Amino acid sequence: MNTVVRPEGTAARPPLLELRRLTVRYGNVDALSRLNATFAAGEITCVLGENGSGKSTLVSVLSGLQRHDDGQLLLAGEPVRFRSPRQARTAGIATVWQDLAVAPLLSVWRNFFLGAEPTLGAWPLRRLDLDTARAVTVRSMARVGVPGVDPDAPASALQAGERQSLAIARALHFGARALVLDEPTTPMTMARQTLFGQAVLAARAQGLAIVLVTNNPRYAHLIGDRFLLLAGGQVAGNLTRDDVDADMLTALMAGGEELSTLTATLTALHPELGDR
Amino acid sequence: MITDRVPSFGAAQTDVPRGRRTARRALARPSLPALVGLVLALGVFAAHDPAMLTWGGMATVLDSAALLGIGGVAVALLLIAGQFDLSIGVVAVASSLVTALLVGNAGWSVWPALLASLAAALAVGVVNGVLVVNTGLPSFLVTLSTYLILQGTAQAGTHALAGSARVAGLDDAPGWASAAAVFGATHQVGEGRFRVSLLWWVGVTALGAWVLWRTRFGNAVFASGGARRAAHELGVPVRRTTVALFCLTATAGWLLGTLSLVRLGGVQATTPGLISAVDFIVVAVIGGCLLTGGFGSIIGASLGALLYAVSREGIALAGWDQRWFQALLGVLLLMALLANGQVRRRLKAVPRS
Repeated sequence: MNTVVRPEGTAARPPLLELRRLTVRYGNVDALSRLNATFAAGEITCVLGENGSGKSTLVSVLSGLQRHDDGQLLLAGEPVRFRSPRQARTAGIATVWQDLAVAPLLSVWRNFFLGAEPTLGAWPLRRLDLDTARAVTVRSMARVGVPGVDPDAPASALQAGERQSLAIARALHFGARALVLDEPTTPMTMARQTLFGQAVLAARAQGLAIVLVTNNPRYAHLIGDRFLLLAGGQVAGNLTRDDVDADMLTALMAGGEELSTLTATLTALHPELGDR
Repeated sequence: MITDRVPSFGAAQTDVPRGRRTARRALARPSLPALVGLVLALGVFAAHDPAMLTWGGMATVLDSAALLGIGGVAVALLLIAGQFDLSIGVVAVASSLVTALLVGNAGWSVWPALLASLAAALAVGVVNGVLVVNTGLPSFLVTLSTYLILQGTAQAGTHALAGSARVAGLDDAPGWASAAAVFGATHQVGEGRFRVSLLWWVGVTALGAWVLWRTRFGNAVFASGGARRAAHELGVPVRRTTVALFCLTATAGWLLGTLSLVRLGGVQATTPGLISAVDFIVVAVIGGCLLTGGFGSIIGASLGALLYAVSREGIALAGWDQRWFQALLGVLLLMALLANGQVRRRLKAVPRS
């Protein structure tokens, strides 16, 4: 590829994450088709779309579970191609999965440090640094709005919103630059939504680029700065908070493809509906 | 700022009084059922026949608990990582056969032969582990195949090489005296003869518990069993941990084989049977390991081995029909499973609101 000379010059910092004509294929089907998007540091970008619009594929690519077939994924201006979730994590992209990557029977602090435990001593006697681990866990959880956690309680004793806070606190602690959040499909209670939102805003305050995949346009409008609408693996809209209000966003999401498909199918089956 | 105003929904638990919290933790300990069972069994059998509490009775109980415990601890670690190993009993027999054949037929001295059989056992562990990790087949079936292959090979091979199913008369081989000191020493207290296998058992238990609770490897073991996908996503070396654990159970098998080889001065290529492999799993489950992985206790597995031994020897001492033992074992296992389910539910519950 030729080097692209940016019109704004080299002084401007490139966005933290950028997709250029990114394409992912499953067999003959394009799950993502020449997608262009940017995710800036200190901004919450909400990715909205129906099932099958390519949201999950986007998460997979960003987190290193899936390699892209064409186009480029740029991290701070550098093209990258992750071969494993671990590589993405090392590069500074933390992902909070729908299943939250939490081992339910393990204690909170063991979950927090899973895969990167602090240790003391040299090899045959190398052991976990329990005090540091517990203290850091409590402090990091407090930072995302869950104070007074018992670090020795099993993670299953945390509420769903707190588990997400745990995953976000983990990402913050390990120095992530970008946070990819795959919102759970199960409905969350108000309390959980609050905790979740609190943790996301804490992450934004730290200057992370946040990619929030969600099904809930009202919620997205509440905390998001920018909105990326996907449909059929392509960008259907790239809006900022100033462009839309919550109602419009809802309409764009719900009133779009799904409803028209439904109408078409039902009318084909029951012509009398067409009169309505 | 939002962080200042919003009520935190996790803070309530700090109000729980310390005593109640400790009690709740104790109830959530996986080794609790085994401990309760052990105290009950000791009480019942000691009341029935105080012979169990003499030096002689204790030596008998501890001796049979030691061998079970060594295997039980290794199997418990593997169970916590969510895998089974049925081949440990046959590895014990096969590796002691390798040692015996090398010493008795090939004229090796004892220590090189022991190293060679350890290498062979580790090879079995690696094959088990790599097969399980790479194929994704259930480890139950993979190690069942290993078990059958090794069993057949051991019996047929010994017959072909040694002419009979028994290899004996190793006591005069070079190095036997030092090997006997390490693996076969005994200590007389009163009328009880305590064997060195007891020390091996204590050592294995202490090391296992330390590794599980205090090292990165232990954390990886828990995570591999409890949340394999999550562990993988977080960069925990799940595959390496699994293979290492299969090597560990194979090493435990080798240690068991060596202990009994040195004790008997020879080895018989008899059928160790699936029973012995199932025994180790039973011991680990009585000790609080969940069959689904992700949870369990090393101390519990050792307590389970002790409970097993107390019940078996207690029935013998009481002069009852030995065949009752299996029925009792079944009852113990069932009770342990129910208790584990309770512990698990307690852990999964959300008491903090």
